[in-house]
Amino acid sequence: MVGTNTNKDLNGQLRIVIVGHVDHGKSTLIGRLLNDTGSLPDGKVEQVHEMSRKRGMPFEWAFVMDALQAERDQGITIDTTQIHFKTAQRPYVIIDAPGHTEFLKNMVTGASQADAALLVIDAAEGALEQSRRHAFLLHLLGVRQVAVAVNKMDRVEYGEARFKAVSAEIRDYLASLGVGVDTIIPIAARHGDNIVGRSPNMSWYKGPTVVQALDAFRPQAPLTEQPLRFPVQDVYKPNDSRILAGRIESGRLRVGDTLRFAPTDATAKVVSIEAWNHPGPVLSAAAGQSIGITLDKRIFAERGHIAHLEESPPHVTSRLSVRLFWLVSEPLVVGKSYTLKIATAEHRVTVEAITNVLNIDDLSTGEAPSVRRNEIAEVVLRARAPIAIDLVGDLPRTGRGVLIDGHDVVGGCVAIDVEAADANKPVANLHAVSHAVTAEERADANGHGGGILWLTGLSGAGKSTLAMALERVLFDRGWQVFVLDGDGVRQGLNAGLGFSAEDRSENIRRVAEASKLFADAGMVVIASLISPLKADRERARAIGGDRFHEVFVSADLATCESRDPKGLYKRARAGEIAEFTGVSAPYEAPESAELTLDTGKLGQTEALGQLVDYVDRAFGQAGRKRNRL
Amino acid sequence: MTTDLDQLESQSIYILREAYNRIDRLALLWSIGKDSNVLLWLCRKAFFGRVPFPVVQLDTAMELPEVYEFRDMATREWDLDLRVEMCPPEEEMDQTLPPLTRAAARKTEGLKNLLRKGNYQGIFVGIRRDEQATRAKERVFSPRSLDGDWDVKDQPAEFWDHFKTRFDEGTHVRIHPLLHWTEMDIWRYSKREEIPIVPLYFARDGKRYRSLGEKNITFPVDSTAGTIDEIIAELAVTRVPERAGRAMDNEAEDSFERLRSVGYM
Repeated sequence: MVGTNTNKDLNGQLRIVIVGHVDHGKSTLIGRLLNDTGSLPDGKVEQVHEMSRKRGMPFEWAFVMDALQAERDQGITIDTTQIHFKTAQRPYVIIDAPGHTEFLKNMVTGASQADAALLVIDAAEGALEQSRRHAFLLHLLGVRQVAVAVNKMDRVEYGEARFKAVSAEIRDYLASLGVGVDTIIPIAARHGDNIVGRSPNMSWYKGPTVVQALDAFRPQAPLTEQPLRFPVQDVYKPNDSRILAGRIESGRLRVGDTLRFAPTDATAKVVSIEAWNHPGPVLSAAAGQSIGITLDKRIFAERGHIAHLEESPPHVTSRLSVRLFWLVSEPLVVGKSYTLKIATAEHRVTVEAITNVLNIDDLSTGEAPSVRRNEIAEVVLRARAPIAIDLVGDLPRTGRGVLIDGHDVVGGCVAIDVEAADANKPVANLHAVSHAVTAEERADANGHGGGILWLTGLSGAGKSTLAMALERVLFDRGWQVFVLDGDGVRQGLNAGLGFSAEDRSENIRRVAEASKLFADAGMVVIASLISPLKADRERARAIGGDRFHEVFVSADLATCESRDPKGLYKRARAGEIAEFTGVSAPYEAPESAELTLDTGKLGQTEALGQLVDYVDRAFGQAGRKRNRL
Repeated sequence: MTTDLDQLESQSIYILREAYNRIDRLALLWSIGKDSNVLLWLCRKAFFGRVPFPVVQLDTAMELPEVYEFRDMATREWDLDLRVEMCPPEEEMDQTLPPLTRAAARKTEGLKNLLRKGNYQGIFVGIRRDEQATRAKERVFSPRSLDGDWDVKDQPAEFWDHFKTRFDEGTHVRIHPLLHWTEMDIWRYSKREEIPIVPLYFARDGKRYRSLGEKNITFPVDSTAGTIDEIIAELAVTRVPERAGRAMDNEAEDSFERLRSVGYM
């Protein structure tokens, strides 16, 4: 059948990738397709004649596509390429993907962009290894519409029996992947049989031609009816406003919606959808659109966080099973760490186990100590911090990602299972109060300035919580950051100091000196101390110089006392602790702190949001750049 | 309901924002032609009215006067941070290149000078896959050596919109936000958005420029299309390639590949 175009947009083009084993005739098929549909520009056929003649070859259709000198000289496609053509039905982009195993990453690059695929198989050779690998990868890449062309029928005397045998083989294979295939076409690309016109050499074949099969494919529709996923791509701060920029990967978003962000659980309401050169205000947006939104609260939300609606959250997990394909010669091994990038979020993950490696021929699975180039495997990944992710079967665009090693993408993966988050473990960054970050992890280089954030305030004001949450956020961005906590320092560096006025003052001086060393080493050090006396803080400022930033965490005494996380106020009121700040000793509030955060009034995510904003301005190159907007 | 132009626009905006977030020192190459004008327009969409990086014209002093007029108008109206980089003279080019290709190579050298002086890590270029066969093989984020060399046989994997944004010292990246657009898309979008256009694209005396380049190596093609609508109608039926008027492309079988492998746009 010739499909009726249900796509309302008649200009919308369909992207078709041509895949298959090397030398089964993909480029030839495309050359012929372009020529027979009248899609080649004037002069192209003459150009190809000349290229073929120079190499002493008969007319070579593949030269229409193979643009590189090396490709023409070696007679193989090296890199993926794209070319436009039209049928009576609609415009197409044809993506040629190399079949040679050496160029699998180029095949993946090409095929990932397609709405549908045409798998080309040599009638004489059948579905060889790369045909099978390509079929499997199409499935992993999310290309669900596949037609098969059995090529070089002229080499098997246009025989129906051979066609049926090859058809049955590939149909069974695809079925075992869960890919249904409606259309298998016998062709001889070199001679144009069943490409545009029906072949007189195969009157036994009654199905569609290649062009009819292409016209029956449907464009991939954006996932507008699925749950909302809006991964934050960047935060812009023009004129004191704050725009969260990103692309909606699935679902819809409306002004007035309450968004929740994974994995932090921060929530806020959408106040506006910002647009430039757009007639009238924008009130809603849907999957596929790149937008910017403003919120009613200044919560902490940054690149990588995924906005969703309350009722349909993504999974948040630290352990997940993925099916992956591996693209580089250095194998994936258990124990090695990679960066997993899902939408705009990057997470450090470690390979915990290789569950199995797939045998591409019969789809059986086996154990293996590593995953080598071009292999497909299932592995278990463990993350250092919670990851927001969907299962690929539920929401493909936020259920897949790439693994990065050093500077390169080394593999792709889709999530097939996640471990439910432990209810006893804190899900979000915000409650973490112990270091989850080792010295070794801090070794990665970065692009930010060093300095001291000096958090002062009453016991219970929230200094430690903020300090640890900020440390987590900055570390996850790849910053060099460390918290010096008042209590922690007293157990080591200052173990010899007591609680006399002199010792308290000395305690603060030593922390300031230690902080200065961290700052000198290029790190952001977050010093979290009550440091009640103005004179002590002034001395710390003198030690830190212009890299010293005072942050006043300013909840009032009643609030702090009601929180009393360590039970200290109670003991102080009972007279068990002498000279307890706020109870029996004074707290001298800063008069000119660089930043004041009233945690009695601000929610945790809001306070953290303002602190991160400040850090961006004070230490971040990217933050400075974005503020120019 | 989004249209195909909305989808093209959203994809380009996504690419622009990825680059802006991941790459520190960026500049945009502005040829003043129809494609890089659309690119500037998309920047203003992505960044809410501003173009937040320098805009560079590689000047050979050989552009047509209308091009310079348009440049000065748009720089003013769109509040652009324009940097003009004068390209070195033809005598300094690789003399083994065919003569017209040699003239085009001036821009490659101008770009290299720009990279050296500006220490840029990312350069936006408004090329499209449908323009030319080697451009069809490009990545959206295409890494280059300091000399600008393009290793076309070993390009990074690029899928699911995960782009290569990490690099060794001494390399930079070309970013191609319009790679997936066609010539037809450019005109349909320019019409929808009412983007100003250099008048040379419209036919005068039976000729128009379909692709703008330096006056010594670019020629107008036969056309009667005097409006955008007429250009769109012309493109729907033409079999003449877009760059037919760009003499250097067709000088030798691999002249454009050679130009690009050493750094041409």
